[in-house]
Amino acid sequence: MKLTLAALATTMMVASPALADLIVPNMSYRTGPYAANGIPYADGFADYFTLLNERDGGIGGQLVQVPECETAYNTEKGVECYESLRGQSPLVLNPLSTGITYQLIPRITQDGIPLYTPGYGRTSAKNGAVFEWVFNAPANYWDGASVAVKHILDQEGGDLSGKKIALVYHNSAYGKEPIRTLEELSQKHGFELSLLPVDAPGQEQKSQWLQIRRDRPDYVIMYAWGVMNQVAIQEAVNIRFPMDKFIGIWWSGSENDVRAAGAGADGYKALTFHGVGRDYPLYDDLQQYVYDAGKAAGAGDQAGSVLYSRGAYSALVIAEAIAKAQELAGTSEITPAQMRDGFEALEITAERMAELGLPDFGAPIALSCENHGGDGLARVQQWSASEASWSLITDFIEPDAEILDPLIAEDSANYAAEAGIQTRCE
Amino acid sequence: MIYREAGDFKTSYRDDSQTFPIRLDRWGYYAILAVAFGIIPFVINDYWANAVMVPFLIYAIAALGLNILTGYAGQVSLGTGGFMAVGAYAVYKLMTSFPDVNIVIHILLAGGITAAVGVLFGLPSLRIKGFYLAVATLAAQFFLVWLFNKVPWFYNYSASGQITAPTRTVFDQAVTGPAASAPAKYLICLVFAFVLAWVARNLTRGSLGRKWMAIRDMDIAAEIIGVNPLRAKLSAFAVSSFFVGVAGALLFAVYLGAAEVGEAFGINKSFLVLFMIIIGGLGSIFGSFAGAAFMVLMPVLLKNFLVGSMGWPTDLAAHIELMIVGALIVTFLIVEPHGLARLWRLAKDKLRLWPFPH
Repeated sequence: MKLTLAALATTMMVASPALADLIVPNMSYRTGPYAANGIPYADGFADYFTLLNERDGGIGGQLVQVPECETAYNTEKGVECYESLRGQSPLVLNPLSTGITYQLIPRITQDGIPLYTPGYGRTSAKNGAVFEWVFNAPANYWDGASVAVKHILDQEGGDLSGKKIALVYHNSAYGKEPIRTLEELSQKHGFELSLLPVDAPGQEQKSQWLQIRRDRPDYVIMYAWGVMNQVAIQEAVNIRFPMDKFIGIWWSGSENDVRAAGAGADGYKALTFHGVGRDYPLYDDLQQYVYDAGKAAGAGDQAGSVLYSRGAYSALVIAEAIAKAQELAGTSEITPAQMRDGFEALEITAERMAELGLPDFGAPIALSCENHGGDGLARVQQWSASEASWSLITDFIEPDAEILDPLIAEDSANYAAEAGIQTRCE
Repeated sequence: MIYREAGDFKTSYRDDSQTFPIRLDRWGYYAILAVAFGIIPFVINDYWANAVMVPFLIYAIAALGLNILTGYAGQVSLGTGGFMAVGAYAVYKLMTSFPDVNIVIHILLAGGITAAVGVLFGLPSLRIKGFYLAVATLAAQFFLVWLFNKVPWFYNYSASGQITAPTRTVFDQAVTGPAASAPAKYLICLVFAFVLAWVARNLTRGSLGRKWMAIRDMDIAAEIIGVNPLRAKLSAFAVSSFFVGVAGALLFAVYLGAAEVGEAFGINKSFLVLFMIIIGGLGSIFGSFAGAAFMVLMPVLLKNFLVGSMGWPTDLAAHIELMIVGALIVTFLIVEPHGLARLWRLAKDKLRLWPFPH
């Protein structure tokens, strides 16, 4: 026992990296029921920083270190990761799990470490007046629900009265997030909403799909992740649900999710807040500096996949925020507090995206003290089984701020009262 | 030559029946207590508290609880995760409904509520045994998780179904919520673990524990000699669930700070605690602690060694870790089915005879 403790203590001391570098940990999951989706994201995240280190010598002359910690999408391992990473003084954390995000929000607020949760996490963290350290640009779950309904409105010629929409969701904090928004939207547009929870990890969903077969909803919206995506799409194929009326959130729209269902998945739609494929100039640089140099993360076989792009995109936003923070602080060795200021002053325009080698890849992002979540624009992508690729079928769609803003104000006010937080930004 | 009874005279029955009859054991026990209460709180940091000591102590309480039920009373249970969820949600509702009442009282009340629920699910144990009872408690596990997911009242109608522990203090020191310091979290768990282990030890060697063990060893014989199986089994369920409920309350409030029932209290928790008592040793207080230490510390240690020192990729390390822990469990069960506690006892017996093995 004593020996093991001593060994543990030494290993922990050895693990801490040099202090001068910028530390951006990669809280990944390459194991467990969500691994198929965790691996490409983690690879993209790491590869983008490798590119910056190799091509530009880091950010502002500082190398970026990306220590990886395996969470297995498990909150207890996430807590362990947080505690071990905190000792390395990270600039920002990206836990890639709504459960772990909820766990960490009070802790990072106490410790003063920014948390970046693109497209997941706590939606009302968009309100920077309450959630000082949390950023969830470019889009959040409620934006996703609203954009999905807007797309359905487009399809139906602007009238949803009397229509039925079913929500198939992962029975966890993540899956429950859009319910409030969809309830409000169903009142506004007059559609009937049915809720079909699926317990984690999500292989068991026969009864939910039998219910869909019986009720025949006009559209199905899905909030799923990991293995639940594949099973849901296969079940939908089995009951011959029309695929173009089946819309997943961005976490239900990767290649892994649709491939298993083969030709049946043709026409399946999903939301996305960034472009698809590897037809962007950035990939030339990645090829030259990362893949060909043998420095790709993981097995190096994920380049260009949807979740790889998302990992790279979140790394890009973090890198831009670091650069902004360095500019504001006048030093390249920034602290987490300066990193937060960098996020709050972050502005990524369409021109800047083109400059970075990703023209028209993501919507412009402009954050401020009050707005930590951006404008929430998202687009719809559709799967073509014959070409085995996703294609974007809409332009960026703006969410319904009329519905979302009061919800965010209400939820963040509840949190502020519960946690005793003074609002800021005045 | 050190570890022996020679010269350790006992002059009363009281001395003769104490928990640690050998002087060296007693000193060792006091030394561990002195370190745990007197030294660790002053040197512990956040990593050690949140990643190692706090989960170890909390799981030790849960393992004690399950050990009372399964190890001492012989009632197999797979509902531990569900009962921990009862403790967690009870303490959450109490914390948010009565913010002025001390958190320690809430944790004890949460244990009491869990005890009541445990008795309810223990009722079938009067008719069914063994595997059949395991399935009945498994139903409790799934039912309770479903219930806490389904009924919004339990999570105060929050949009996401997550419960989050607000800050509560003991002696003006925050023990829950983000402001809680490492020593405060560690100490509150240590106090609960110490007191509950002390209670468990004394319950199991008193008349109640003897009744449980009689039921475990042969229930018909126990009934013939005058043990009331109804009372014995239900009291085992009540006491066990109390322990498990306290563990669940601490797990949510002190350790995690936020929880989601399916993820934090799923069937995996039930198996984890069951593995702890099987590896640690059924029917042993020491075994509960040893098993919890094994199952909590081993993965953390392996992770730090493989990733931190050896620099292996995290996914490879995670898979190897699963294999090593799994292999160790199997090895243990083959080499010593009675667990770490039995190994410890054998080592002590050998030491008492040393250097004369015959």
